[in-house]
Amino acid sequence: MQALLRSIVLTAVLFVICGVGYPIAGWALSQAAFHSQANGSITKNGSTLIGQQWGIATYDASTTSCTVSINPMWFNGRPDADDPLGVQYSAKNGTCPVVSGESTQADLGPHSKVLVADVAALVAAWKAVGVTNPTPDLVTTSGSQLDPDLTAQDALVEVPMVAKARGVAPSVLRTLISKATVGPQLGFLGSPYVNVLALNEALAALSS
Amino acid sequence: MTFALFLLALAVCLALCWRFLGAYMVAVFENRLSFLGFIERPIYRLLGTNKEVEQSWKRYASSMVVFSGVSALFLYLVLALQGHLPLNPQHFSDLTPALDLNTTVSFLTNTNWQNYGGETTMSYFSQMFGLEFHQFLSAAVGLVLAIAVIRGFANRGKPTIGNFWVDMTRSCLYVLFPIAFLLGIVFVAQGGVDTLHGPVTIHNGLTGLTQTIALGPVGFMEAIKQLGTNGGGFFNINSAHPFENPTGLTNFMSIVALLSIPFSLTYVFGKMVGRLRQGVAVLIAMVILYGSLIGLNAWAEAQPNPAVVHGGVATQYVGNMEGKEVRFGILPSSLFAVSSTVTSTGSADYAYDSGNSWGNFALLSGMMLGEVEPGGVGSGMYTILLMAIIAVFIGGLMIGRTPEYLGKKIQAREVKLAGIGVLVMPITVLILTGIAVSVHAGRAGPLNGGPHGFSEILYAFTSQGNNNGSAFGGLTGNTPFYNIMGSVAMLLGRFGVAIPALALAGSLAGKQVVPAGLGTFRTDNTMFIGLLIGVIVIIGGLTFFPALALGPIVEALSHGKFW
Repeated sequence: MQALLRSIVLTAVLFVICGVGYPIAGWALSQAAFHSQANGSITKNGSTLIGQQWGIATYDASTTSCTVSINPMWFNGRPDADDPLGVQYSAKNGTCPVVSGESTQADLGPHSKVLVADVAALVAAWKAVGVTNPTPDLVTTSGSQLDPDLTAQDALVEVPMVAKARGVAPSVLRTLISKATVGPQLGFLGSPYVNVLALNEALAALSS
Repeated sequence: MTFALFLLALAVCLALCWRFLGAYMVAVFENRLSFLGFIERPIYRLLGTNKEVEQSWKRYASSMVVFSGVSALFLYLVLALQGHLPLNPQHFSDLTPALDLNTTVSFLTNTNWQNYGGETTMSYFSQMFGLEFHQFLSAAVGLVLAIAVIRGFANRGKPTIGNFWVDMTRSCLYVLFPIAFLLGIVFVAQGGVDTLHGPVTIHNGLTGLTQTIALGPVGFMEAIKQLGTNGGGFFNINSAHPFENPTGLTNFMSIVALLSIPFSLTYVFGKMVGRLRQGVAVLIAMVILYGSLIGLNAWAEAQPNPAVVHGGVATQYVGNMEGKEVRFGILPSSLFAVSSTVTSTGSADYAYDSGNSWGNFALLSGMMLGEVEPGGVGSGMYTILLMAIIAVFIGGLMIGRTPEYLGKKIQAREVKLAGIGVLVMPITVLILTGIAVSVHAGRAGPLNGGPHGFSEILYAFTSQGNNNGSAFGGLTGNTPFYNIMGSVAMLLGRFGVAIPALALAGSLAGKQVVPAGLGTFRTDNTMFIGLLIGVIVIIGGLTFFPALALGPIVEALSHGKFW
């Protein structure tokens, strides 16, 4: 009985301190001191931390569905299993694609037939737009489906595609990529990478 | 080379934690620090207790159980009523009873198994005031259990093992709150969101496309999630999400945070029993097991993914990037995964389901060895002490002498209790996995076919039975069958180990210390470390090898076969 009363009291006290005090103090500090980061690092064309769909979405009114394909005008990021390339999916409201904010994983194992087929389809799609030797990052889904980055090598294999579509010299694009390559933080925390949004913004600035 | 630096930096940070966080925790739990006395004293007055009152193991255990029940009821009600509570910008409805039960038990037991998708199920109210609150409570309970068990080993003829109410208050106030808060600042500064604003829709002027981005109070939850070896993230895909783990630095800090308290507890153990070498011996055993698993997982994930190669990617590219994030890279991802599975944290910065077979073998083994290398906050320490009792018992049998540990005679009662504590987990995991593969409701769960489908089920019960919480995400877990079976596994995995450990501590606490003689089996040398590792590996191997053979091992050996 005494233990029950004490449990109720301790739960209430710790709720005030850790359950409410901690998250509210953290939230208030975040909003005051790190306003941009705390609200999603949103810039003009999206969040620098959240990957986007760079493909072309074609809406077909007769079937009310969308099909996404690689857009050779941009450096395309890693594939998204929710909006897969070349697969029709239903878009009843007529706007496509609204990429959902929900994070998911493909969860296909290393001996999955489905994964073999998905990879083969992506390899074919890349080859069709002039990327002759797609890297693993370009044909595999990421851990969040929201991976905002590519490696410099991934971006480099897309150079012939973008150069042809935009009529820009490949050497100019390679310079863009090397300028956009950042990290690893402090020289050793993680891998060097290229932020796809930053790279494409640089690409847009180039042509304007 | 960069990975060598990564490992070196990790080792340095952990060594500093071991020495200084360890010393700090000793001071906290020996009640030598009181700079927060002005907050503590009113709390003890409300509780009607004080630091001088100590409890027997039975009192301590019953306090822990009643407190767990009360705090669990609170969480259950929050989740059951979230549709009627504020801070719910997406208007999520109340949880169904089965999912609510599973989630409540999961956060109560420090498991953080998630049968729900965070950003599509849980209101901000539930996340902050329900789940995040329990990430403090369950870590604090784990920590005080370990301290109570250590006191049992340290006390000489004094049968009490501390005051649960005081220990809980002090572990939250002195240890978890301040460290988590500092860590939270790092997460938010790096880009972890922390807002009460609902999802935002952005418009990309370059492509003309729109995108909805889920937000929430994430950054500070992330800190206690890692520090408390909880692992339950705000978002569905946990630490792979850029808002939960934005950069290489947060990835590194996550690894340090989740290993810091479990490793430091070996220092606490050594200091409190009065012989630091004893703690170092346990630490070395933990590090050797941990290092071996890292080696295996990192090697495996650095190999190409067979399905990706078969799909037509040139073989010059190495490493399995399916389910991994570019900003972390393969080796740091692997280090995160192993650290998280061996500390019963269960946070994940890649999709374990898509890992290579031997990599997944390493992750499963990390849990099957009993979560002792170094294990969760507190739970790792008290579980490895049970293993140490078994090790000295076996050592004693070999030399034909009554075994002793830290000068205390280990007799039939102690060995029985240690045996129960060590065997509850394997029995639970294997029986529940057996049931799941035998009934339709269980076999309906896996997404993948072939041995990988079996691995998904085995992983689910291994994870829940060890209070880990990581998952092969392909398993559809939000069904009445998996919700209820999982709850059973998590409860047995927590209380089925903790209560025998407390009982053992109570029985050792009252014993006098026998002076060491010529024939005493030493427990601070290489021989003992080898024996301890041997016991852990043999118990885990004998119980789980057949199950592993049906899952990741057969998958790894089936070259060129796809299901």
